[in-house]
Amino acid sequence: MLALESATVRFGKRTALDAVDLEVADHEIVCVLGPSGSGKSTLLRAVAGLRPLDGGRVLLDGADQAAVPVHRRGVGLMFQDHQLFPHQDVAANVAFGLRMHGVPRAERESRAAELLDLVGLPGAGRRAVAALSGGEQQRVALARALAPRPKLLMLDEPLGQLDRSLRERLVVELRSLFGRLGTTVLAVTHDQGEAFALADRVVVMRDGAITQSGTPLDVWQRPASAFVARFLGFDNVVEATVTGSLADTVWGKVPVPDGSPEGRCDLLVRPAGVRIGAPDGGLRCTVGARTFRGHHVTVLLNPADGPALEAVCTLRDTPHEGAVVGVEFDPAETVVLSPAAQP
Amino acid sequence: MVLDRREVATPAARRGGRRGGAVRLGLMAVPVAFFALFFAYPVAAIVGRGLKADGVWQFGRIGEVLSRPDLQDVLWFTTWQALASTALTLLIALPGAYVFARFDFPGKQLLRAVVTVPFVLPTVVVGTAFLALLGRGGLLDDLWGVRLDTTVWAILLAHVFFNYALVVRTVGGLWAQLDPRQEEAARVLGAGRLAAWRRVTLPALAPAVAAAALMVFLFTFTSFGVVQILGGPSYSTLEVEIYRQTAQLLDLPTAAVLTLVQFAAVGAILALHAWTIRRRETALRLVDPSQTSRRPRGAGQRALLGGVLLTVALLVVLPLGVLVERSLDTSGGYGLGFYRALQSADAGGSTFLVPPLEAIWNSLRYALAATAIALVIGGLAAAALTRRAGRLVRGFDALLMLPLGVSAVTVGFGFLITLDKPPLDLRTSWILVPLAQALVGVPFVVRTMLPVLRAVDERLREAAAVLGASPLRAWREVDLPLVRRALLVAAGFAFAVSLGEFGATVFIARPDNPTLPVAVARLLGRSGELNYGQAMALSTILMLVCAVSLLLLERIRTDRSGEF
Repeated sequence: MLALESATVRFGKRTALDAVDLEVADHEIVCVLGPSGSGKSTLLRAVAGLRPLDGGRVLLDGADQAAVPVHRRGVGLMFQDHQLFPHQDVAANVAFGLRMHGVPRAERESRAAELLDLVGLPGAGRRAVAALSGGEQQRVALARALAPRPKLLMLDEPLGQLDRSLRERLVVELRSLFGRLGTTVLAVTHDQGEAFALADRVVVMRDGAITQSGTPLDVWQRPASAFVARFLGFDNVVEATVTGSLADTVWGKVPVPDGSPEGRCDLLVRPAGVRIGAPDGGLRCTVGARTFRGHHVTVLLNPADGPALEAVCTLRDTPHEGAVVGVEFDPAETVVLSPAAQP
Repeated sequence: MVLDRREVATPAARRGGRRGGAVRLGLMAVPVAFFALFFAYPVAAIVGRGLKADGVWQFGRIGEVLSRPDLQDVLWFTTWQALASTALTLLIALPGAYVFARFDFPGKQLLRAVVTVPFVLPTVVVGTAFLALLGRGGLLDDLWGVRLDTTVWAILLAHVFFNYALVVRTVGGLWAQLDPRQEEAARVLGAGRLAAWRRVTLPALAPAVAAAALMVFLFTFTSFGVVQILGGPSYSTLEVEIYRQTAQLLDLPTAAVLTLVQFAAVGAILALHAWTIRRRETALRLVDPSQTSRRPRGAGQRALLGGVLLTVALLVVLPLGVLVERSLDTSGGYGLGFYRALQSADAGGSTFLVPPLEAIWNSLRYALAATAIALVIGGLAAAALTRRAGRLVRGFDALLMLPLGVSAVTVGFGFLITLDKPPLDLRTSWILVPLAQALVGVPFVVRTMLPVLRAVDERLREAAAVLGASPLRAWREVDLPLVRRALLVAAGFAFAVSLGEFGATVFIARPDNPTLPVAVARLLGRSGELNYGQAMALSTILMLVCAVSLLLLERIRTDRSGEF
C-alpha cells in the first residue's frame, strides 16, 4: 500500500526525516511513536504531499507520488487539532471530501449520516462545530477523514487532546472500527499506551530516523536501545559489561538471560525484576518515594552508589519509606540492549 | 508540541521563498502599479514642479519657506492643535472605551453604532455640524450669545467628535477581550483596585492606546475640512495652508515644501504606529468579549455610565441633531424648504451648473466606483501580505497607509497636472474622482481584511486539500466564506470614506459634476440664509447616507474585523 524509500526532509540545517524506509501493508495499522520533534508529523505531511521531499520517494500502491498534488493522492489525514471548518455544520464537514469528489447530494447526505452513526454521533449533522466538545470534534474529524474512503488513513496524535478515560475508551473503539472497515492506518503519537493499544505494528522514531519496528509485544519486551527503553517509561537502564550470564554494573553483578551478547552494553532491568528482600542480601538500598498505582506500588530505591532503581511491589509487601532493604535481580526481567551506539 | 508547530510552520515559509514568492509578487504587482501611477507619480510631480526651476533642483527653497514666520506659525499651530486634540480625545474617550468594554446596558449596540457615525462622516459635514452648534446663528449663539467658531475650541471639539469612535473601538475592543481574571489574580495577590489596574490592565492596554492616539494625531495633524470651515482666517493647518498656497496664491514652491514637511511628519507617525501595532501583537490572553461585560453595580459605576452617556449625547448626538434642526429651520418656520431648493440649479445663485441634488447621484456613483477599485487593489494587497514575510513586505504594509496622511490636496492637484496627457489623459474622464477616492479607501480595506486573512489557519486549507480540494477550490471553500463578512465591512468603510473625501475631490470634481462634500463646501462659501440652509440640508443627506451604510455594517460586523 504505502512505501517510503529513503524519504528525507530537511528544514534548513535540521533534518526532520533522515532517509526513512517504511512500508505499510493493506489493512495494517501502523503506529509511529516518538517524542516531540522526532519527525513524526513531518512523516505524515510528506506522505500527504503537504511537504515535498528533499530526497527519496513516497509510493502509494507502487506509484511514485512526487508529481501528484495533495488533493489527488486519495489519502486521508486527521489533523492533530482536527481543523474542522468553522463556517460549516457537522454534516457539511463530514460531507466535504465527498463534495470535492463530485458525489451527488443525496448520496453525500446518507453517507454523512451513516458515518456519524459509526463514530457515535447520530443525528448531530445540523450542529455547529464550535458547539462540540473536544471528544465530539475528534469524532467528527474522524468521520470527515473516513468519508471519501481513503486508501490510507493517517492520524496525527489522534487522541492527544482528550482526557485519559475518554482516550482509553476511544482507542479500543478505533481499533475495532478500523478492523471492521478494513482501513489501512498510519498513525503517529507520543503516547506509548495509545500506540500499543491501537497498532498491529509499532515504529519508534528518534531524530528523524526509525530506531525500532515491530509488534507492540516485541517492542515492549525487547526494546532495541536505551532510548527506546527510556521512551517506553523504563528508567532502570545502566551501562554494563556482560561476561557469560552476569553483567557488571554500578549496581553490582546483575544476572542476564543465557546467550546474551558479551561486551559493553546498556542493560535494562524491568521494575518487576527488582526483588526486594532482607537488608543483608544483595544490593543495599534505602527506600525512597512510593507511588500507589491502584493494584500495585512503584517504589524508588536508592543504592549507596549509582542511579535510583524502580521496583514494583504488591500493596502488602511495600516497605516503609526510609527502610533499608536488600535487592536482587530476576534474569528473566533483564534485557541486554544493543551496544551503546546511541549516546 | 511546540517543536511540532514549528515543523508545520516552516515548510510553508520555506516554500514561500520560491513558488509563494512568485505568487506574492504577482499579487503585489497591481497595487504597486496603482500606487506608483496614481499616488507617487502625481505627488512627485507636484513636488518636482515646486522645487525645480529650469530643470535644476532648488533645495534652498526649503530653508527659505521654513524660515518664514507665518509658515512657522502654521507648523506650530498644526502640531499643538493635533497634540491638544489627541489629549482631549483620549481624556474624553477612554472612559467611554471602558464603559463599552465592561458594562452591559440597554441600547449598547445602537449606541456603539451612533458614536461610530462621526468617524465615517465627511469632514465637511463635521465642520458644518459644529458651525450649526457653535457658529454665528448657531444654537449656542441663539441661546446665550456664545460663539466659538473663530476660537480653537471649535476645532478641538470637532476633532474629538470625529475621533471619539476611533479610541472607543481600538482601545475598547481590546479592553473587552482582556481576561478580567488577570486583574482578579493581582487583587488576590494583594494589589489594590487601582494598583491592579495600573500593573495589569494598563500595560496590556498601553500599545492599543498608543496606536489609537497616533491615529488620532495623524488625522488631526492632516485635518482639512474641519479647519477649513471652523478655523476662519486665523487658524490654518499645514493641509489648509497647502490648499491656500496651491489654489488661491498659486505659490507652488511653497506648497511643495509644505507637502514635503507633512510627508516627513506623516512618515514618522506611521513608522511609530507600525511599531506599536507590532507590540500589540504580543501574546495577550484574550477572551470572548461577551463574557467580560456585566451590568453596572453601585453608585460609582452608574455615575460613570451616566457620564459617558451624557458625553455622547452632548458631543455626538447634539451636533448632528442641531445639523438636522438647522436644515429644517427655514425663515417661514420648520419645513423642507431648503431640501426643495436643492432641486434647482439657480437656487444657489451662480454656484452650480446643475441642481445640488444631483450631487447625491454623483457622489453615490463615484463612491461605488471608488469602492470597487479600493476592494480590488486593497484585496490584492491584503492577499499578498497575508503570509508573514520579511522586511520588504512589512515596508509595503506601511506604504499602503501613506495615502491616509499625505496631503489629499497635493494628490488632487497632482492628478490635474500629471494625468492630463496621453497615454493617461483622464482629465475629462469621470474615473478621475473615484481613483483619488479609492486611494484613501485602500488603507481601510487592507486594515480590515488583513487580520481576518491572517487568522485563517493554513492547516484549514491543508485539511481541504487532503480531502480532495484543489488550491483554487480550497480558497473558495475555506478562505472566501471566512472573510466574506470582513469583505463587506471593508466595502462599507471604503464606500463611506470615498463618499466623504474632500481634499482631493475639491480639485478634480468638474463643476458640472460636484460631489456632496464639494457642493456643501461651495454652499458654505456663499453668504445668505438660503445657501446656509441648503448646506445644512445637503450635509444632513450625506450624514444619513453614511449612517445608513454604517448601521448596515454594524449588523454584519465581526469581532475580528480589523483595527477600525
